Amino acid sequence: MLKAKNRTGLVFFPAFDWAIDPTHPEREERLLYTQDQVTEEGVFDIDGIEEYKPDLITIDDIRRVHFCVPDEESVTTQSHLIGAGGATAIARAVMKKEIKNGFALVRPPGHHAMRVVHGGRGFCHINMEAVMVEYLRDNFDVKKVAIVDTDCHHGDGTNDIYWHDPDTLFISMHQDGRTLYPGSGFPEELGGPNAKGSNINIPLPPGTSTEGYLYVVRNTVLPILEEFKPDLIINSAGQDNHYTDPLTNMKFSAQGYSELTTLLKPDIAVLEGGYSIEGALPYVNLGIILAMAGIDYSRVVEPDYDPEKLKQSDFVTEKIKKVSDLVNRYFAQRQELREKAGKHGQLQERHREIFYDTDNIFERQKERVRICRECSGTVVIDSSASPGLHVLAVHIPRNACKDCIEIGYQAFETAAGKEKFKKVFLQDRSKGIYKVKSR
Amino acid sequence: MIIGLDVGGTHTDAVLLSSKGVEKQVKVPTDVSDLFNTVLSGLTGLLKDISPHEIKRIVLSTTLTTNAVVQKKVDPVGIIVSSGPGIDPEFFRTDDNYYPVSGSIDHRGREREPVNEMEIISAGKKLADAGVDYIGAIGKFSTRNPSHEIQIKEILKDKFKKIFMGHQVSGNLNFPRRIATTHLNAAVYSMHKSFFNAVEKSLKEKGLNVPIQILKADGGTMNLESSMEFPGQTILSGPAASVMGSIAYAPEKKDTVVFDIGGTTTDISIFINKVPLLEPVGIQRGKYKSLIRSLKTYSKGLGGDSRVKVVDDNLMIGPERMGPAMAFGGKVPTPTDAMVVLGIMDQGDKKMAMQGIDAIAEELGVSTMKAAKNIFHQACSMILTEAFEMVDHINHKPVYTVHEFLQGYKIKPEKILLLGGPARYCAGEIEDLSGIETQVVPCSSVANAIGAAAARTTCEVSLLVDTEQGFAVSPEENFKASVPKDYSEEDVRKTALSLLKTKAIESGSDPDNIEVETIEFQKFNIVRNFVPKGKIFKTKIQVMPGLIRRFHNICGQSSGKDNIKGEKKK
Ligand SMILES: [Zn+2]
Ligand SMILES: [Zn+2]
Repeated sequence: MLKAKNRTGLVFFPAFDWAIDPTHPEREERLLYTQDQVTEEGVFDIDGIEEYKPDLITIDDIRRVHFCVPDEESVTTQSHLIGAGGATAIARAVMKKEIKNGFALVRPPGHHAMRVVHGGRGFCHINMEAVMVEYLRDNFDVKKVAIVDTDCHHGDGTNDIYWHDPDTLFISMHQDGRTLYPGSGFPEELGGPNAKGSNINIPLPPGTSTEGYLYVVRNTVLPILEEFKPDLIINSAGQDNHYTDPLTNMKFSAQGYSELTTLLKPDIAVLEGGYSIEGALPYVNLGIILAMAGIDYSRVVEPDYDPEKLKQSDFVTEKIKKVSDLVNRYFAQRQELREKAGKHGQLQERHREIFYDTDNIFERQKERVRICRECSGTVVIDSSASPGLHVLAVHIPRNACKDCIEIGYQAFETAAGKEKFKKVFLQDRSKGIYKVKSR
Repeated sequence: MIIGLDVGGTHTDAVLLSSKGVEKQVKVPTDVSDLFNTVLSGLTGLLKDISPHEIKRIVLSTTLTTNAVVQKKVDPVGIIVSSGPGIDPEFFRTDDNYYPVSGSIDHRGREREPVNEMEIISAGKKLADAGVDYIGAIGKFSTRNPSHEIQIKEILKDKFKKIFMGHQVSGNLNFPRRIATTHLNAAVYSMHKSFFNAVEKSLKEKGLNVPIQILKADGGTMNLESSMEFPGQTILSGPAASVMGSIAYAPEKKDTVVFDIGGTTTDISIFINKVPLLEPVGIQRGKYKSLIRSLKTYSKGLGGDSRVKVVDDNLMIGPERMGPAMAFGGKVPTPTDAMVVLGIMDQGDKKMAMQGIDAIAEELGVSTMKAAKNIFHQACSMILTEAFEMVDHINHKPVYTVHEFLQGYKIKPEKILLLGGPARYCAGEIEDLSGIETQVVPCSSVANAIGAAAARTTCEVSLLVDTEQGFAVSPEENFKASVPKDYSEEDVRKTALSLLKTKAIESGSDPDNIEVETIEFQKFNIVRNFVPKGKIFKTKIQVMPGLIRRFHNICGQSSGKDNIKGEKKK
């Protein structure tokens, strides 16, 4: 009799009637073969595996995280709301201790969605993990959260949202940005002045195999988690590192994913990318589910798996060791780096250009954060998109100090009087307030 | 006229129905050790003074399979599984006679690894040496491509009396359940065969030549011939018989909850617009999970004879039954005793009932009448709670499309139907507690036999079309055809319908009375490297469970005299 060692919750929402467009990788068929494999294996019959129905998240859930321009309805579809709702449903069940851990198998993905959303980027509109984490912080006793993004693409959306938050440790392992979309995620990208070292980026060379991934997990990810001591570990479980993925150049396998999951022990896993829908997803998803449930996965092997072909070169191994050590050094210096980043009360500015490949939008951002030793610091974002609007958005963090709150409201009022901003947003997380002024 | 016979745990009911209603009914005690004579004496009683030529249909619902499984009186079965990658097939081991072999078919029905003949011969030899006569061959994804199961059967066909193949039990995906279901079929086959052949022979001797129909767990029937390939489908047909017998009283276009209140348990089921709800995958009872189509029934360990006791100052009712109620010679107090004390039920030994409830009253520190009231009230609200939890559970079943998620049909019961011995006494209380119109099914005591007699022949067909690989396949129907690239949605529906009609008629359906319903229809574009390569269609259609046309309202007509509405009492 098959019994799960850990009570594991699953949300399975393949959105069989939703696609970006008919031949897009993010289309109806994407989880079809996964559904077939998981159903044929009788996974939902296993004692200890519970299937949950996703929530439909609300506008208020989105407003804890994003500034949607011009508004939430324009940049999301029902499938986004249900996908993120899959994550919140699992998270709630974990917090209520109905389950030990859970996996939301939903689509479309979300980890490229940043704090300001003018449209779709990398098939993402709403950041599911961030919506889930902020939902948890408002409804349960959760403070420190670690998000480990194992998708092959840099999780630049999640990285952006938590750039200034020292209570959220974001770790992304991905194919080197010089060789893959979105082109970011280098070890030096460690977070804003108030949160240096709570953003960890580990670029891996093309051709990294299971051996390389697991090396980084053991040598860097686990020790950092150990030190950070999160209340919750979340895995953005993208599956496009697989050796058959059409969009990437890595050599990861179903066995590798299962072992990674066993090592990482995530409380919640959320499916991100992965476009080898026949050759990888059915086996990888099955492996992750079994690993989370604590069930033997040793026979979950792709039919065409050939370990000889999937060996990584010595050159790749060397590169991985180097980057892993470098990241460890940065993490060890994080307090120093925060001290050096600037003085209390100073404003620090960064300029960025963001391209929305899915919706063909170009955005220019000027972001200012108040360096603060008492809170995570208020962030003011001046954003103009073409096509799109020129807006100003103010984010006041959950733990905001009196000064940061005051500065935030001032910035909001001042901008509201300026002709050039078509919309001005205020997201006051310390009081749970969201305001929009339009002209 | 038609005959329905339902073998129950203690009694066997048989009815003779004409288009006017119940012509005759017979009740005989069930002899669990001799079901053959039980069935025969029921039929003999019914057929007295009736000309065999007037009988057009006979449907039997028996506990043969259920009993055999419970008493473990089944044949040893050998199982050979070929699983390919995934969960280790060792987890699904049935017993020592279980052999995983190589061979792999993937989710799209493509062979990824062939079977190994030597390995199969060697497993077959070990099974034959162990004295096994019946074996099952089950492959993962055999419903997509049964070739490995067929090869195993070919290789071993001379070594065993009969070989059952997994792909024939259902079009549904679920490898562990396919193993369990195939095992069950093989285990009860010889007993099923000899039993029904004997029944058929005795009926022929009585001049009855109509083909026997057998009731299945899904509330439909199949003929004897079809049952030989899949005898497991007869398991748990008893609850289905009662449910079918109450259909006539379920309102149209509304949801109805049916309670079959027995001595030990109460079975709960649901109608949506007069159609009973089915299990999505197959029967489950505790840890046993199968691919056998079945009505969705939930069994709660609470009935008229459930034991009542006091634990930490609280009333506990059920789940165990220690014998009959004290009013009928039992040793422990029961809800039936409470009803006798309250005067709701005017039967049995009231003194004994009083004595039982008294003991409970003393422990609770209340009057005897108060204790009886509490027991009665609590028993009725417990089964209602159970029913609403079941409805809630069904309403929260996950769905896989945005459309279904947003449109999600929610069951909202607007009528309650009651069956079984204690039913008539509980109707008022249940109506008061639930605020839902409650009715006791007329002829409630033989509703099961009526349900069996008038149940339609049902079946289900799954069809998978893959235009990239150029095939349409329904392995359970032995169907595989090549299709062109432009095979349309309409072609898929037509093919599925013709397969279903053929199957229904072969199983004994009246060709003019096949009500078809599409359970599932999905269409996917196959795209590789941004280029459309074809389409996948998945469909599942069924003949819905229901009553045969001429007998749609049969029960309604015979209902005039004892139609008991829930009576309000304060
Ligand atoms: Zn990705
Ligand atoms: Zn501050």
